[in-house]
Amino acid sequence: MNAPNAQRSMVEAVKVRKRFGRTEVLKGISLEVRPSEVMCLLGPSGSGKSTFLRCINHLERIDGGELWVDGELVGYREHGDKIYELRESEIARKRAEIGMVFQRFNLFPHLTAIENIALAPVRVRQTARDQAKDHARTLLAQVGLADRGDAYPAQLSGGQQQRVAIARALAMKPKLMLFDEPTSALDPELVGDVLAVMRKLAADGMTMIVVTHEIGFAREVADSLVFMDDGVVVESGAPAEVLDAPRHERTKAFLSKVL
Amino acid sequence: MLTGVAMAMGVVLGVVLATMWLSPNPLVSGASWFYIWLFRGTPILVQILFWFYLAALYPHVSIGVPFGGPELFGGASKDLIPPVVAAIFGLGFNEGAYMAEIVRAGINSVDEGQEEAAKALGFSRIQTMRRIVLPQAMRVIIPPTGNETISMLKTSSLVSVIAYAELLYSAQIIFSRNYKTIELLVVASIWYLAFTTILTIGQYYLERYFARGSSRTPPPSRIEYVVRNVFKLRSPREEGGMLPETPHAPGEPGR
Ligand SMILES: Nc1ncnc2c1ncn2[C@@H]1O[C@H](COP(=O)(O)OP(=O)(O)OP(=O)(O)O)[C@@H](O)[C@H]1O
Ligand SMILES: [Mg+2]
Repeated sequence: MNAPNAQRSMVEAVKVRKRFGRTEVLKGISLEVRPSEVMCLLGPSGSGKSTFLRCINHLERIDGGELWVDGELVGYREHGDKIYELRESEIARKRAEIGMVFQRFNLFPHLTAIENIALAPVRVRQTARDQAKDHARTLLAQVGLADRGDAYPAQLSGGQQQRVAIARALAMKPKLMLFDEPTSALDPELVGDVLAVMRKLAADGMTMIVVTHEIGFAREVADSLVFMDDGVVVESGAPAEVLDAPRHERTKAFLSKVL
Repeated sequence: MLTGVAMAMGVVLGVVLATMWLSPNPLVSGASWFYIWLFRGTPILVQILFWFYLAALYPHVSIGVPFGGPELFGGASKDLIPPVVAAIFGLGFNEGAYMAEIVRAGINSVDEGQEEAAKALGFSRIQTMRRIVLPQAMRVIIPPTGNETISMLKTSSLVSVIAYAELLYSAQIIFSRNYKTIELLVVASIWYLAFTTILTIGQYYLERYFARGSSRTPPPSRIEYVVRNVFKLRSPREEGGMLPETPHAPGEPGR
């Protein structure tokens, strides 16, 4: 079995399905993200955007279809012509290569900013502690928080916490970053700082999938835009196309609400 | 001293048992479930007596072999498990079951997003527990642990003052009464187990009721959990099998 575009796509979803009990949340999602591409995912609440992101790093197991990341099946390993489910440790190793940023930051409250960032490199990658902390300081400086390294999450504003969370994900040198509404929990005046960091990441060539309601950001930064509703991809294409000339009623209805 | 050692044993056991209980492996969680059920469900005195009798009886009988069975090994019983050790075993193993419940409650009190963030960074389940979840659970775990320690202090003094004499006394009785005591203890324990099982079921439904909405996936009651796991055991996952190739899964509503 081969990915249709194994060498060229970072993420390739083929008719991905996911259900929770009786409700089918993803009803055959197909899309492709190329290396260094930024894809924005739009859609009304409950359309399955978070679930799809969680499937990509195997926080959820898919029930049907195929999901490829960087030429490998998510959660499975090919051996000969058979396919095996990965063991937990293998899944963990794969997850470490994909950064994830959450709506509610999910920083570890019992650790300082530096410790939050350095923990996974030390524990998961066995990086030397000093080296990991040095790298953490560099990353903090990159997200504009050079002087807040010793602060605990509770001592930081939402925008600062989210920037630490981005640095934490970057510390694992991921090949792909997933953002699940990274600015939705922020006060409007704090959104800009976080988006600025993401913009810089995109410019540096990071492959990103961003679930967002920030239409301005999507228009400016995204290479492609996907509109999801009720577990299916309704419309996708270049941001300007989808935003300015939506072809589907559901897209139009959604955009008229958020614009 | 007794309290210290037994409590330390209880805390360590509790953490291990709680972690095991939350394991996705049905055998591991089942073992933990069984342990908690048994040790929480039988009276502490019975457990201490059990360890003591084990010591007292072992040189003379082996389990399942009636009187006159082969003697496994001789020597003075008290050299094998002295009463103090029996008391520590009894108290410690019992405490482990209670501590497991306390630790589990602590673990459940930690926001799900924490575990999710840790997993997304590539932490294993054990690492997530040790580095992320348990440190945060401590705030919830410590107060009831204090309670447990105090209660243990009282129980252990009870054990050392009253039960210790009792132990020696009843050990003599068993020898003179053809092991009736043990049978009685077993019968009493079964009754206790039955009652505590009912109480436990009640506790889980209560927990679930008050946990509603606080978690993405409501925790299964321990009973459901075991039933589901047994079911999982019977129908092994497609190890080395196919992809989840079910785009046209049967019974799918289709859109
Ligand atoms: N663990 C779960 N168990 C049961 N149902 C779930 C679970 N996770 C998500 N769902 C359901 O799946 C559907 C899609 O959820 P999802 O979180 O992916 O939507 P979303 O597009 O991210 O929405 P939002 O914009 O509100 O974040 C929802 O109807 C939700 O109720
Ligand atoms: Mg969501």
